[in-house]
Amino acid sequence: MLRVEEVQAVEFSSALISKFDEIVSRYPEGRSKSALLPILHEVQAVYGWLSSAAMDKVAEYLNIQPIEVYEVATFYTMFFLKPQGKYVLEVCRTGPCCLVGAEKIMDYIGEKLGVKEGEVTADGLFSYRGVECLAACGYAPVLQIGPEYTFYENLTPESVDQLIEDLKDK
Amino acid sequence: MGRKLLLEHINVPGINTFQVYKEKGGYRAVEKALKTMSSDDVVEEVKKSGLRGRGGAGFPTGMKWSFLAKPEGVPRYLVCNADESEPGTFKDRYLMTHIPHALIEGMIVGSYALGANTSYIYVRGEMMPQIRILEKAIAEAKAAGYLGKNILGSGYDLEIYVQPGGGAYICGEETALLESLEGKRGNPRIKPPFPAIAGLYGCPTVVNNVESIAATVPIVNEGGEEYAKIGIGRSTGTKLISASGNINKPGVYEIELGLSVEDFIYSDEYCGGIANGKRLKAVVAGGSSVPILPANLILNLANGDKRLMSYESLSEGGFATGTMLGSGGFVVLDEDQCIVRNTWNFSRFYHHESCGQCSPCREGTGWMEKVLHRIEYGHGKMSDIDLLVDVSKKIEGNTICPLGDAAAWPVASAIRHFRDEFEWHVKEPKLALERNYGLARYADPIEIAEEA
Repeated sequence: MLRVEEVQAVEFSSALISKFDEIVSRYPEGRSKSALLPILHEVQAVYGWLSSAAMDKVAEYLNIQPIEVYEVATFYTMFFLKPQGKYVLEVCRTGPCCLVGAEKIMDYIGEKLGVKEGEVTADGLFSYRGVECLAACGYAPVLQIGPEYTFYENLTPESVDQLIEDLKDK
Repeated sequence: MGRKLLLEHINVPGINTFQVYKEKGGYRAVEKALKTMSSDDVVEEVKKSGLRGRGGAGFPTGMKWSFLAKPEGVPRYLVCNADESEPGTFKDRYLMTHIPHALIEGMIVGSYALGANTSYIYVRGEMMPQIRILEKAIAEAKAAGYLGKNILGSGYDLEIYVQPGGGAYICGEETALLESLEGKRGNPRIKPPFPAIAGLYGCPTVVNNVESIAATVPIVNEGGEEYAKIGIGRSTGTKLISASGNINKPGVYEIELGLSVEDFIYSDEYCGGIANGKRLKAVVAGGSSVPILPANLILNLANGDKRLMSYESLSEGGFATGTMLGSGGFVVLDEDQCIVRNTWNFSRFYHHESCGQCSPCREGTGWMEKVLHRIEYGHGKMSDIDLLVDVSKKIEGNTICPLGDAAAWPVASAIRHFRDEFEWHVKEPKLALERNYGLARYADPIEIAEEA
């Protein structure tokens, strides 16, 4: 369910730390802060969101101030600052998608899940939100699901039904 | 059929792998550049080609390369801008997904030309699948000796890394991208200094769009002069156009610059006409930032001649009657679309994506969104229309980066060309909630002023 308990204690696994090390090696000496965004993606992929405890740990690892992590995590829309459903359906709501029915698809997803945008379903599996242009306008309407950001294109109510069923069975 | 330089082998099975890409003539440009050309020779060919930046600004790529400062003992960087997020644009995603080695090969050629030994491809974070594809392509190229130390025995070393963004349109602006690559918020920098002098980590840096970098491959292979023979006037070569909206065949098309807009929309080779038998109402020709044009002005110039898909023809007439090629994000609106709603949607986008650094943009985009929202939802006043024009003028040109202009132009142009539709929303608020304004006179032949 919701992983609130991780607010208290975050200990990165050694596998995750060696992933961090590999990321840091991509930049010149003394420029390890460049690793911040890739590292936050790795952390979010493991925990589902970025708790302040996790962000503090990242700051410690990169030897920077916690505020330097917070200001980045709050700037970029891909980072979740509170727990989400296991699957976050992110539906593009920008112009070209709306020309071919994205708004209706988003309403349909809300009805189908029985929650409002940003809320999590009672089983903890799903939440959804509108996001801005995903650079897939030719395959509209589209949605994506992290952490691998798999794309679902040319959405219809039927394909949304199928997608939700498939994810439930996963 | 127009010539294809980037997408020629797009349908070859396995073209996303190093082996098939190489069998189809891939990596010849790296061989040619590293073995037979000096780095200045490569820059010279790109200059001769007339290639203009494919990300939207249209600045000559060779010129940009030649501006790079080369102080002794300071590293230089090539950074690829793959933060594709301009609404209506999805060509870079397409290229990276299907022919990733075209970008990697271009990165090697470009890095060699600029003398960079470490290069980064900054990909928008949502394109995680493309990030994986590029990482695999880099590993394949490295295993084959095209990356790493002493490439092909030339003595030239290069590493390429892929950097994910975090979901921020503003990072498509080159200095915001560099800030982000340094692990910071994507706030654009004040220029000068330009990245060519002080870019990534304060070092001389060139930032180029995915398509621009990939286009250097055929330029090196065939020579800049050959490349410049394709296209029309100063719009040389081919361009990837992302076509979306109410058309029969949305998708990415490689065109020779100079094709008529009419052929692009209606021929079966490209968009295949308007979907569901509807009529064309309007087009946003170069991504959401560029001025929207009604059907009659996108198909024809103000003098009645056919408008062409080229930098010059699309901008013919300035903003009074023209638009821009921009990133090539070609969004088509049919007669059932509401211009007010579409403009509101784009305004919301820019408000959402403003980094908040400059108050005209931070506040102005929010104002425009709210005023457009109330017009769309039946609470508008006639004075709101001029208020929007006023706000857009106060944003335009008054911000550190071009996001302010990008937010202002769609609003100003929508009112310029579709003012009666905005007025109708104000006068008939109930009706406007029930139905759309329709095609009105937007597709009528243009009245051509008689020459004196």
